[in-house]
Amino acid sequence: MDFTRFMNKFNEIERQLSPTSALRLSFDNISPETEEPPDGNKRLWGVPVPPFVSEKVVSWIEEEFNEAPVFYNGNSVLKKVENVRMIDRYNTKNPTVGTLYLTATHLIFVEPDSNKETWILHMHVASIEKLPLSTTGSPLLIRCKTFLSVTFVIPKDSECHDVYTSLLKLFQPVSINKLYCFNYQPAKDDFPKNAGWDFFKLEAEFKHMLVPNENWTLCSMNESYELCDTYPRQIYVPKEATKLMLISSSRFRSKGRLPALTYLHNNKASICRCSQPLSGFSARCLEDEQMLEAIRKTNPNTDYMYVVDTRPRINAMANRAAGKGYENEAFYENIKFHFLGIENIHVQRASLQKVLEACEQKSPTMSAFLNALESSGWLKHIRSILDTSSFIANAVDKGVSVVVHCSDGWDRTAQVCSLAQLMLNPYYRTIKGFQALIEKDWLAFGHKFSERCGHIQTDAREVSPIFTQFLDCTWQLMSQRSESFEFNERFLLILHDHVHSCQFGTFVGNCEKDRLDLKLAERTFSLWGFMANHLNEYINPLYKPNVDESIKANLAPQCIKFWRGMYSRFESGIHPREPLGDLLLDSKEHCNSLEDHVQHLTKRIASFKNYISKSAKKLQDATSTTSKVSKETSSTEINDNKYNYDKKLSELSAADDDHPLKASNMSFANLSLNAEQSSPAQALPDELNSVAVDWKPMRNVTTCSCSTPFDQFSKKTHCWRCGDIFCERCIDKNVALPGHDSGKAVPVCRGCFRQMQKQSP
Amino acid sequence: MEFADLIKTPKLDGVLLHDPGTATGTGGGATVGTLCITGHHLLLSARQENSQELWLLHKNIDSVEKKPSLSQNVVTGGLITLKCKDLRIISLEIKSAKEFYNVTASLEALSAIQNTELLYPFFYRPMYSILEDGYTMFRPELEFAKLISGMGMGGASSPNVANITICMPSTSSTSSTLAGGSMAGGNIPHPLQNGYAMDALQGGLGGGNVSSGCEWRISNVNRDFSVCATYGATLIVPKAITDEQIVLSASFRDGGRFPVLSYRHENGATLMRSSQPLSIQGIKRCRADEAILNLVLGRSRKGFIVDTWGKGKSNTETDLHYSQWKKVNRSIGNVSSPASILDSFSRLIEACNDLGCSTDKWLSRLEGSGWLSLVLNSLNASCVVAQCLDQEGSPVLVHGAKGLDSTLIVTSLVQIILNPDCRTVRGLQALIEREWIQAGHPFASRHRFSCYTPHQTRNKSSGATFVLFLDCIYQLYMQFPCSFEFSTQLLVLLFEHSHFSQYGTFLCDSERERHELKVHTRTTSLWSYLNRPDVLQTLLNPLYEPNANVIWPSVAPISLELWSDLYLRWVIDQRSSAAVMSQIQELVTREKELRTQALKLRKQALELSQEVCTLMNNAEDA
Repeated sequence: MDFTRFMNKFNEIERQLSPTSALRLSFDNISPETEEPPDGNKRLWGVPVPPFVSEKVVSWIEEEFNEAPVFYNGNSVLKKVENVRMIDRYNTKNPTVGTLYLTATHLIFVEPDSNKETWILHMHVASIEKLPLSTTGSPLLIRCKTFLSVTFVIPKDSECHDVYTSLLKLFQPVSINKLYCFNYQPAKDDFPKNAGWDFFKLEAEFKHMLVPNENWTLCSMNESYELCDTYPRQIYVPKEATKLMLISSSRFRSKGRLPALTYLHNNKASICRCSQPLSGFSARCLEDEQMLEAIRKTNPNTDYMYVVDTRPRINAMANRAAGKGYENEAFYENIKFHFLGIENIHVQRASLQKVLEACEQKSPTMSAFLNALESSGWLKHIRSILDTSSFIANAVDKGVSVVVHCSDGWDRTAQVCSLAQLMLNPYYRTIKGFQALIEKDWLAFGHKFSERCGHIQTDAREVSPIFTQFLDCTWQLMSQRSESFEFNERFLLILHDHVHSCQFGTFVGNCEKDRLDLKLAERTFSLWGFMANHLNEYINPLYKPNVDESIKANLAPQCIKFWRGMYSRFESGIHPREPLGDLLLDSKEHCNSLEDHVQHLTKRIASFKNYISKSAKKLQDATSTTSKVSKETSSTEINDNKYNYDKKLSELSAADDDHPLKASNMSFANLSLNAEQSSPAQALPDELNSVAVDWKPMRNVTTCSCSTPFDQFSKKTHCWRCGDIFCERCIDKNVALPGHDSGKAVPVCRGCFRQMQKQSP
Repeated sequence: MEFADLIKTPKLDGVLLHDPGTATGTGGGATVGTLCITGHHLLLSARQENSQELWLLHKNIDSVEKKPSLSQNVVTGGLITLKCKDLRIISLEIKSAKEFYNVTASLEALSAIQNTELLYPFFYRPMYSILEDGYTMFRPELEFAKLISGMGMGGASSPNVANITICMPSTSSTSSTLAGGSMAGGNIPHPLQNGYAMDALQGGLGGGNVSSGCEWRISNVNRDFSVCATYGATLIVPKAITDEQIVLSASFRDGGRFPVLSYRHENGATLMRSSQPLSIQGIKRCRADEAILNLVLGRSRKGFIVDTWGKGKSNTETDLHYSQWKKVNRSIGNVSSPASILDSFSRLIEACNDLGCSTDKWLSRLEGSGWLSLVLNSLNASCVVAQCLDQEGSPVLVHGAKGLDSTLIVTSLVQIILNPDCRTVRGLQALIEREWIQAGHPFASRHRFSCYTPHQTRNKSSGATFVLFLDCIYQLYMQFPCSFEFSTQLLVLLFEHSHFSQYGTFLCDSERERHELKVHTRTTSLWSYLNRPDVLQTLLNPLYEPNANVIWPSVAPISLELWSDLYLRWVIDQRSSAAVMSQIQELVTREKELRTQALKLRKQALELSQEVCTLMNNAEDA
């Protein structure tokens, strides 16, 4: 990797040199495959120089090109183009002019005037299009999976072509091993590589539902993916199910995806998922029928259960001709069969395409937008997913078990099973629970993330916004019942970003087996580990835990809204100018800081009072003893002696909790050295300085102190120590503040961090 | 006429009430109770404790639909469906043919009473003492003095604030009115009885900065409403214009609505409004009218005339005679007559009430209603005007056809965008008083019929312009949720009271009618009620933080939101959004409390720490 980068740079330099200099550097005879370990001594602009390049050449290049334009913010730059104009949809008249850097991982556009940077991760690029040449240069339209769409106008067509071809190579690797996650390194002190990989264990999640129990058991037959290679190793099945039933049922189901438990409600009703049966027009499988009956029997409260086919009837019919199909109510006893009409991945993909077109209309009228939105059918699809999920949730809530499948049982089934659980169980509406839900119903049960998200070059017909729809449905529920969710919109957006970014190994691969084979847990970082470090950003400030057990979605078409924050996320200027969510979250954090501070002050005051009252008592004792001196001289002496002797000791250790010295957690050694300054009474001003009572109001803050301008998408963060507002980059330190009782590490700005380090080395 | 003549059945037991609005809460949705019909109200009470009583003002009823139930071809009673102006739909089931017809007839008659003096505001007496009379709070000379002088706009530091000179009216008759001006019964108040006007007068004479714009005076030329029937008695006109010129200009404008001052921006740029110019018998110019506009222009090179009616539909000023004025067309809708706005609103509500339709159908009906387009266009036109004022610093004249509807939407929205004062409770009240009530928006005619009245029954003068205006404020609110002092609840309240109310504020079509009926003395003002501290408290926005900036909204279609708190409130449970509001309130209050507590504890801790230090030092010394 380093070698190719070096070659690129060298070639560039060579091109610049050749007209004037006789010195020609030619490495043509050296094949790029020979990745020799670079000599540690020779480095050119931080990049190791291959050994065949002589010292002389290196020093000469260094002298000649000392400006070293090949780095941008720690990323080595493959290509740099100046005077590039960036055009976004609402700002076609005054495009911003800046410099475009192409690195191995990002496309970075820097506007020198405003200090604004636009970073585009190659993995996020969905398509690159070279538009017809214009008078000002060649435009390059880049669309991202995060719904960012941007056009760069590059003055020289050859340069545009260079960027275009480089991007084509970089944005969608051929091999899964070339994904970003295998190179990604977080900032040094961020979090260790293993963090997050062990947060969720399937056994623990099922234990949460009290499984295994008298009805359900762990099936060991898939330990090495013999039954079904797209299922998790641990699958939970009815206790009654025999080996034969499991094997036959698995063979009778498409891709071997036999019915397995995914959710058990507290009323014994359950949700099981599978793929369509290979029933064709007349085929039957007795064991599969027994399997479903066994599932029904796990719930003794009702004498029937639902089998939900999430497909439209017509699709299921068509599948029958291909030897697949659906359960025949005549063969399967005690089932009630339902078609629920969610369209397939191709329809959903086309629908999203139309939504994006609706968003990208040039100067649209209200009618044009609404018509385009209607004809996209997107909201209709969202509603039908919610509708199906509600059907399942209602059935389970009423005590009836449900078996769900679609065709292969990894797209629509994953959507509706997880959404039904989201409606049924408040646990899944917490941050941890939602991640667990994704781990279980999406990752473990084999939603094909790599194919659906187009991580690597594959069949474009396999790409579909299935997970995006799941997030959209979650958002719909959130906007209807905001107090029931622990997380906020930002949480969903971050998830959406990283499902596509491949920055973390979490969503790489198509099933659990893939991820084990790729050794992702060892080779890559986990998104959950990353998110654990940023939890405070994902909190819904209006969350009220345990307000309801189960929530119901309102399915009236009037209640299904277009998620502007997702699909038009990067259209600056169309969003509310005063983002309520951010402001409330900020208030919430401010409250937390103040609460902690109040707690600390209360304790301090109590200890001060205690000390004062004790001293007063001692003083009283002392005066009372002196008044008795004439009578009991000897005893006074003893008392006095004892008092003097014990004084230091009692203050340090013998005293109870509320002693002022103890509360400061100072060691004895420290105290004896510097008793004056480290006593809590003296430390108080520092403690007070460490917590900002007033936070700077968010409004009218347009730039961070690092002169980075704030826009729609940049999060403004308060430093808990000084109360000023910073951009995300400037507030990367978390430390415990002396003025807080809990000792929790909280965000502080770099300036405050330095000051605090000075104070307590 | 006696109410008793109209009420055929004053009281009836065993009436079954179907109310989908409460159905979401209780599940049943049907309650049996006793129906009472009084002169102004319909009451339904289950006569049980804890059960809610239904109180419905007859004026609230928009349409009465009767469906007799037949049993063997004999009417045995029936179902009366009342569709209300507050968008609620309820049904009364009556099990007697005679009573069914009686109740229907009574309700039909009572809800259609035309005589304003029989309406509830003339009978309503508040149970509380009025702290501040809403009818005298926003007198025009007071309001405009504030506007022109820049007072209360947070713009005291602005260099151009003090170029008003309020002059004595020139004619002798008005002087005498002024001299003997008495507030007792006079509806034409004295301009100098008021502190603000005096201050402004002195300020104007003192450090007057007349570099831009023109000077203004109060004119009482319309004191007997003869010049313009729809304007108020007190008007603000350029100082150099005589009352005679005003009369001439009025004769040139539709309905006599000559150009008057609507708003003066802090940079001195002025916003005027009028009606379209007329061309009667081929006369297409009026020198007095041109003189007014030329004075307004002052030293600025150009002004803008914004036509809210649409090109070719209304008359416009000729380029020849208004050469420095650039004409801009910003129509609110294809057909922006008040009646067509109501048609659109009606289609919207119909679509909102149909919860069972498909998503596609809903979206196409939402689009077909054209309501959001109206909202978007209104905001768009307002932004254009606001830009002319704020960024170009040019004077703007806004007019549609009659200058009673779309014109007022634009001129009032411009002020909300530009002027932070209008985003406060009091500022909004003042704005509605100035730009709607005193400007002669015919509330009574527009709101006589609302969206549930069938199209053919509505008369031409009904409309939903004010609703459109409120929706536009809602959109601004959604984009700037911290810049408004009031909550959207106030907007809902205004929506209701503008249709039916116990207060007289929205009665009648013009100041003239209100003057004739002595509305100001015989009824209570809505503002008197709203500004009571306990009422006001419930209408405040917990997130409000005064924002002195201009609030430029996004006018992209994607940025608009359906006002579900209003349009869907009876059909879809809105408790969740209410819960969100109360939680926000809680959070904000908690933040404030904690802050005070922390500061208090800090002080205490510091005092104690000093004491401890002394004690420790003493102990060590000892």
